[in-house]
Amino acid sequence: MLVQDFLRASAAQYPEKPCLIFAGQSHSFQDIDTKSDILAAEFQSLGVRRGDRVAAMLDNSPDMVVALWAALKAGAVFIPVSPGFKAEKLGFLLSDSGAVCLLVQTHLGRVVKEAVELSHFTGTLIWSGPNLGDGALSLATIVEGQTATPTDPQLIDQDLCLIIYTSGSTGKPKGVMMTHRAICNNVWSISTYLRNTPDDIVLCVLPLSFDYGLFQVLTGARVGFTVLLERSFAFPFDVLKRIGTHRVTGFPGVPTIFAALLQFAPFDGLDLSSLRYVSNTAAAFPAAHITALRKLLPQLDVYSMYGLTECTRVAYLEPARLDDKISSVGRAMPNSEVYIVDEEGRRCAPCETGELVVRGTSLMLGYWKRPDATAKVLRDGELAGEKVLYTGDLFWMDEDGDLYFVGRRDDVFKCRGEKVSPREVEACLFELPAIAEAAVVGVANDNDGFAIKAHIVLRAGQVLTEDQIRKHCRARLEPLLVPRYFEFCESLPKTDSGKIVTAALRQSG
Amino acid sequence: MNKTTLAEKCNPAVLTTVHKKVRGYIVDNFLLGADDDITDSTQLMESGVLDSTATMELVMFLEESFGIVIDDDEIIPENLNSIDNISAFVAARSN
Repeated sequence: MLVQDFLRASAAQYPEKPCLIFAGQSHSFQDIDTKSDILAAEFQSLGVRRGDRVAAMLDNSPDMVVALWAALKAGAVFIPVSPGFKAEKLGFLLSDSGAVCLLVQTHLGRVVKEAVELSHFTGTLIWSGPNLGDGALSLATIVEGQTATPTDPQLIDQDLCLIIYTSGSTGKPKGVMMTHRAICNNVWSISTYLRNTPDDIVLCVLPLSFDYGLFQVLTGARVGFTVLLERSFAFPFDVLKRIGTHRVTGFPGVPTIFAALLQFAPFDGLDLSSLRYVSNTAAAFPAAHITALRKLLPQLDVYSMYGLTECTRVAYLEPARLDDKISSVGRAMPNSEVYIVDEEGRRCAPCETGELVVRGTSLMLGYWKRPDATAKVLRDGELAGEKVLYTGDLFWMDEDGDLYFVGRRDDVFKCRGEKVSPREVEACLFELPAIAEAAVVGVANDNDGFAIKAHIVLRAGQVLTEDQIRKHCRARLEPLLVPRYFEFCESLPKTDSGKIVTAALRQSG
Repeated sequence: MNKTTLAEKCNPAVLTTVHKKVRGYIVDNFLLGADDDITDSTQLMESGVLDSTATMELVMFLEESFGIVIDDDEIIPENLNSIDNISAFVAARSN
């Protein structure tokens, strides 16, 4: 099974059905299948061969979706790139990956020119958008051209289909190599536990340059559901209104997105009655936000999930068990296994904190051209020859086998000799409805080793003083865990995928 | 109502004042003072200047600075997705 087989099967089964709705226009499965065939054939005539890398730096759009499928059909490895990348990072990515082709928007011309010079990129540029320069290859012209079929590149499922660059908080980005086998497994597993059906209509405001966004398109193709694709979530009310118009059933998001949604509570003027589920990953879903959403939308299944690019997704909490386990991310997804180990690699007892290890077909093959970095996270498992993934995330597991996130291994710090989990303090802060975002770090302190500092972003129009927050924390937390310092911020530094960069907060003190 | 009609209905002096203030706010807050990256017609969402948080901050700024109330259903690209659109929208509302 190869990933592009999902699209071909859905195009055969539901040719006229919308694969995508974007900016008020429907694009059928057949349309996307045909256009991606044409582009794949063009890639091959430009010299793209099995295993070559094709990068796409495009906003959420039908072009980005066509580029993905076309790269796979041509036998290439697809690299989604955030359109927010600056020239230096794009240049690094082009030279590190050895990409032979870059699809990019015309308005990014200046960034691309600089990146091409920096990286000595000699591949082909294909442009999307208006104002094409003389002789520039136009994506629109290619896909509107004559029907064509790419030559079968003879892939097997151990071939790579994606390289996703992770924007680590330190050092250069690393390319996560995913095989067709892993992605097919992960798409199957995720759409199985979310109970996706062809009747679903899933709203995607997440960037397709981020695997969580890309997976909406991939699962849509496997299951045969429609993705309502949005360029972004910059105008939340405008986007949320379309949930009613298109009878959207699924809404994947990250905490910032759900915080923006809750700004519109009690949802007057919005029709959210068609929503069957929301799902959260990338950062912990604050319990207070889960409770607020469920109260406002009782029909809703809320999926609290946990994952990392290196294996897409690890765990999810079955919505029916949310009442008992609101702060848990549940158990391993289908066909994955998880366990927790201490610093010596021994399996932890229930309720003991250690590093989470993942086992299964979901894992990456490694980091592109980074054997040392790969060896640190993919280590020998118990079966001869098997590799398991050390996530670098600290968890504990209760007696039932449900997982609780404690923090990044690098985030946990000691204050007055006691281990502090930033996650626990943040959960307490989120109980205050005026707080939109919070991040807790340890800052060096002569008396305490590390002192607790909370960075806080208030909801628009809300007022809250340091004293009020401290009073709340004192009432809810043991004295050791009450932050010593508070800083009110306009926003928090985040990676391209929306994770808060705590390293940056620690540095700023 | 399109933006040209809105802009035409406004007092040019008001429009200029609003324009200057809006541009100053966006450059200072979202572009860290570097204003050569943006023209008055740059699409703010497409160019990555606006995301959900930034849009809410912009709306608050406009409400406070110009003494207007912006309804949820007015927070749409047609009104807020470029400095020109924002200025025309605010100037028309301040009339």
